[in-house]
Amino acid sequence: MLLIVQIVLVLAVILVSFVLMRGGANARHLAIRRIMLMIFAVAAVASIFFPHVLTSLASFLGVGRGTDLVLYATIVSFFVFMATTYQRFRHAENALTALSRRIALDEAPKPWADDRR
Amino acid sequence: MNRTWVVIPMYNEATVVGSVIQSLRTVFPQVVCVDDGSSDGSQDIARTAGAVVVQHPINLGQGAALQTGIEFALQDPGMRNVVTFDADGQHRIVDAAAMVARLDAGEADIVLGSRFLDDRTQIGPMKRLVLKTAAVQSRMATGLDLTDAHNGLRAMNREVASKLHLTQNRMAHASELVHQIAEMKLRWVEHPVEIIYTDYSKSKGQSLLNSVNILAELFFR
Ligand SMILES: Nc1nc2c(ncn2[C@@H]2O[C@H](COP(=O)(O)OP(=O)(O)OP(=O)(O)O)[C@@H](O)[C@H]2O)c(=O)[nH]1
Ligand SMILES: [Mg+2]
Repeated sequence: MLLIVQIVLVLAVILVSFVLMRGGANARHLAIRRIMLMIFAVAAVASIFFPHVLTSLASFLGVGRGTDLVLYATIVSFFVFMATTYQRFRHAENALTALSRRIALDEAPKPWADDRR
Repeated sequence: MNRTWVVIPMYNEATVVGSVIQSLRTVFPQVVCVDDGSSDGSQDIARTAGAVVVQHPINLGQGAALQTGIEFALQDPGMRNVVTFDADGQHRIVDAAAMVARLDAGEADIVLGSRFLDDRTQIGPMKRLVLKTAAVQSRMATGLDLTDAHNGLRAMNREVASKLHLTQNRMAHASELVHQIAEMKLRWVEHPVEIIYTDYSKSKGQSLLNSVNILAELFFR
């Protein structure tokens, strides 16, 4: 039973991270990420006041202590953060490339214009 | 009008680029250097040698420079072929001319230089290993039977030039190009070329470690 829960958990983590990583700038994904962040923050605060709640949740899921659960969540959110930041960076880079290329081409002399005279 | 434009990505090559352009222009009068903010005055040297200089306002990398050069050449209605050629004097003009001849003969739409088709190129064993591995990798990823995947000397006709779209700004553009050839099912052929490893080019060229970056850029698109 425990093993099944753990496997499901791992699959869920992989799936969620993958979906969020691939998501890009789309508004639905952004909303999902924000909701996740909220849940995470609430859970972190709650764990300060009611440590046993998180611990019982963790033992129900079969991952040991509550702090372990927080650690796993932190790792996942870190990966998601890394991936989305990378993607945003790529988008910015593409835009910058397009802009620079446009400037470069506009400023370049065009020797073939002489042909048509 | 039946022109071939030679596109040269250029970054801090002041010591050699002038003579490279001068000798190129005896065979190919149309040369465009895409400069990436060189700080050693390469731009003026290239212009004096008779090349058109297109300047990126900031450094974008070799792949971005090739794409810019190709788009520049496409603006010339008389352009028939584009050749990509390195600024560091490692390529031979006779090879480029032979490659364009194969395009004009209609043998292929894009001709890729390969240093491993004959034994002219003198190359270190480590570098050989890395380049061979890269070739095997792109063969497995694309099914194209290439012997050399990272060779800067290429020749393509106008149609291919207008279809290619390199988005990898730095070195991974070479693999990206192979992927696009495979995707669009272009008619391609490899041509034996000699890469001249001078002390100058060795001191400036790509460190072997950079192949790690190339792989990373490819996987995390
Ligand atoms: N525009 C532009 N050109 C570059 C940049 N980096 C390199 N180049 C040019 O790209 C060409 C090839 O660069 P190299 O660094 O010699 O790379 P390589 O020939 O693939 O590698 P080696 O076999 O080690 O010489 C040269 O003409 C360089 O001037 C860059 O950031 N921007
Ligand atoms: Mg070189």
